[in-house]
Amino acid sequence: MQKHIYAIELKDIDKRFGPVNANNKVCLQVEKGSIHGIIGENGAGKSTLMSILYGFYLADSGEIKVFGKQYKFKDSHQAIKSGIGMVHQHFMLVDNFTVLENVILGSEGGALLHDGLTAARKELTRLGEEYGLKVDLDATIDSLSVGSQQRVEILKALYKGAKILILDEPTGVLTPQEAQDLFRIFIALKKEGVTIILITHKLHEILNVTDNVSVMRGGEMVAHRETSNTNREELAQLMVGRKVLFKVDKLKKDIGEVLLKVSNLSIRDKNNTYRLRDVSFDVHAGEIVGIAGVSGNGQSALLESLSGIIPVSEGYIEVLGHRMDSDNLIYPDKLREYGLSHVPEDRQRMGLISEFTASETSIIGYHNDKTINSRVILNNTKVKSNCGSLMADFDVRPNNPKLQSESFSGGNQQKLILAREFNRDPKILLIGQPTRGVDIGAIEFIHKRIIAMRDSGKAVLLVSVELEEIMSISDRIVVLCDGQVSGRIDSKDANERTLGLMMANAFNTSDNIEPLTT
Amino acid sequence: MNRNSRINWINRLLLPLLNVLTAFIATAFVFVFIDVDPIEATEILLYGAFGYQEGIGYTLYYATNFIFTGLAVAVAFHAGLFNIGGEGQAYIGGLGTSLVILMIDPNTSPLIFISGSILGSLIFGGLWALIPAYLQAYRGSHIVITTIMFNFLASSLMVYLLVNVLRQTGQMTPESQLFPQNSWLPFIHNIAENIGFTIEESPLNISIFVALFFSILVWIFIWHTRWGYAIRATGLNSTAALYAGIKPKRIIILSMCISGALAGLVGINELAGYQHRLIMDFHFGYGFGGIAVALMGRNHPIGIIIAAILFGILYQGGAELAFEMDNISRDIIVVMQALIILFCGALQYMYRPWLIRILAPIEKAS
Repeated sequence: MQKHIYAIELKDIDKRFGPVNANNKVCLQVEKGSIHGIIGENGAGKSTLMSILYGFYLADSGEIKVFGKQYKFKDSHQAIKSGIGMVHQHFMLVDNFTVLENVILGSEGGALLHDGLTAARKELTRLGEEYGLKVDLDATIDSLSVGSQQRVEILKALYKGAKILILDEPTGVLTPQEAQDLFRIFIALKKEGVTIILITHKLHEILNVTDNVSVMRGGEMVAHRETSNTNREELAQLMVGRKVLFKVDKLKKDIGEVLLKVSNLSIRDKNNTYRLRDVSFDVHAGEIVGIAGVSGNGQSALLESLSGIIPVSEGYIEVLGHRMDSDNLIYPDKLREYGLSHVPEDRQRMGLISEFTASETSIIGYHNDKTINSRVILNNTKVKSNCGSLMADFDVRPNNPKLQSESFSGGNQQKLILAREFNRDPKILLIGQPTRGVDIGAIEFIHKRIIAMRDSGKAVLLVSVELEEIMSISDRIVVLCDGQVSGRIDSKDANERTLGLMMANAFNTSDNIEPLTT
Repeated sequence: MNRNSRINWINRLLLPLLNVLTAFIATAFVFVFIDVDPIEATEILLYGAFGYQEGIGYTLYYATNFIFTGLAVAVAFHAGLFNIGGEGQAYIGGLGTSLVILMIDPNTSPLIFISGSILGSLIFGGLWALIPAYLQAYRGSHIVITTIMFNFLASSLMVYLLVNVLRQTGQMTPESQLFPQNSWLPFIHNIAENIGFTIEESPLNISIFVALFFSILVWIFIWHTRWGYAIRATGLNSTAALYAGIKPKRIIILSMCISGALAGLVGINELAGYQHRLIMDFHFGYGFGGIAVALMGRNHPIGIIIAAILFGILYQGGAELAFEMDNISRDIIVVMQALIILFCGALQYMYRPWLIRILAPIEKAS
């Protein structure tokens, strides 16, 4: 048997945050001088794992070996010493310092800067030439493009002697050309014997530049593959995974008129990058339209624009005949009055206020409602008793409106939010990730309630990353990828293979990065 | 008692008490350091604040100011805004009080004078806070920076007005003419006399009832109205507030105006209640003291009243201390205040991890 020296070996790494098992017995072996991809959806545990490797977090158990030597990192200094460098998703640079000043930050070498700066300049010029990392050393950071700032981060790590480079979602902020340049740098670094770990949720990057790939899902390492022996489809399926769900019985139902119309909708963020591009679809009364896709492909922007939280950039949305476009933003409170309810994707951040009691949380978005307000006073007694009956209806445990929202378990928080939104008898229902982090029993209950809403003639838009969920309860499916619609299908014709293809297929069209020869 | 309610008790009661206690112990060390017997000093301080009727009057009179500014800071704080412009808002509020009083015919009935002067201080204080609020909401200037700068603006503006506009001809001191007697807020000792009690004279006037009234109003507003709900939602989780359709700009304007108006009420206690004319720097220290009062009182009116009385004790007892002991000057109050702010504000969670570990350990999952 061949004895391999791995650059990094992780064995049975465990990390819990409260009830969440962010890393569950994770094992990983990274070959020296290779480019190793770690892929998984948002929240799969990739970043936690890398933070453990870099000494930000201490693992609850498990061992870390770097170049065959066992370590227990207590902070990132020790990790840096052992030869690990990290380039974060959000850069850790001082904006109004020059490149040179940024690079020596933390290793100034003495009280006076001059010697350190001269030495650093020499070393950086050498590194820059060797690896093709060209940056103007005297430019201030804020004058540099995002791509160049990233190069500064890489230089910084190399200057500190990194032999292993971890990059967390490095292309998230880059244009396709800049990404292409970055991958060239990877190849150059690899030739010099540097090991690179690339964390991403973009499949094409993995397939284009890596030698090996590991897939994470739900805090576990689910597969290791040689990149040459795998394909998009397989990786997409591994990433999304499948959950055993109960089949939901659904009556055939005639659909009514269009209640929600989305036409050529585009959303741009502050940096003018498209989060959603040219998306069109209708939702009729009495149907469930499922939005499928790997998470982070525009679903959040879609939900937030439909519910009036972020403005429309191009195109328009029609909610029960009320038009929203770039000149006309309708606020969430108005939309609720029209009859639109929204169960947000992120219940902790948006759906509830953790310091509020359950009864206070049960009126978020409806605090101006006339039935619970007199002219001045908000009728807290009534809010409390309403909340009690909501909790009873959706089986929220414990049924105690006075308890703080954060003290409920995730599933019960979700049921409280669902109860709040379903109970208003809306005409349109937007639902994001209704069963994320919810146990199986509650999932079945929630699915039944969603279908009941459909049967009573509501227009339901369901956004979920669970393929099984999308397939079992939607009537029609729209697939999103990179902010664009990459497929439409009737759910009776859909299976995991076709959906997986649609979700992955679009990775092809998102940008045209040619495979690089390594 | 389950863990959550235990943590609640730690946060609400035990922690503030321990913090105040720590501040007092630290003060005792300061006393020892300057060769003062801390026990004797405490006795003098408490006697000064509570030992005789005039002392109690002064204590409550000072506390009234701190209730106003404490409530002001608390309302803004519930919206997630740190209003440190209480000084300026109180000063300009006093201008409002004075202008209303000086403009009304001297023979008008006292009732109109009282409500007019209250309204004047509310409106002027509120408007002075509206400008930084507008700049924060629509121009993105940080409220902490603008409110503190507005303190200096208020101060310069008042000097200008007192020297050039409101000063009486032939007078050297920069102060306005005496307010007509009908506008004077009744002193508590006068009221007591009318119903047959005699108590010593002190500046304590009916403003303290105004302060208690506004404490109740603030409590109702924050916890029992939809506007208060919107303010708290924004302060605790702005993303959820956006989701709820609450407009953050409106919340900034609303909460800051209310905050400024409450701070402005210092004017009625100081000017209509005691000085009976507009003078310079009557507001001095109460705006900043209000921050400490709100912090200590956990932004709740009941806590604020208690903390305000504590600060009243320090003010009055500290004055007594400076009077009685020759190696202590009145500045000792500032030192004691600073220690209270240090332990109740900056270090307010110092004991929390230990208290929670001892009194409310995480229950082991069974």
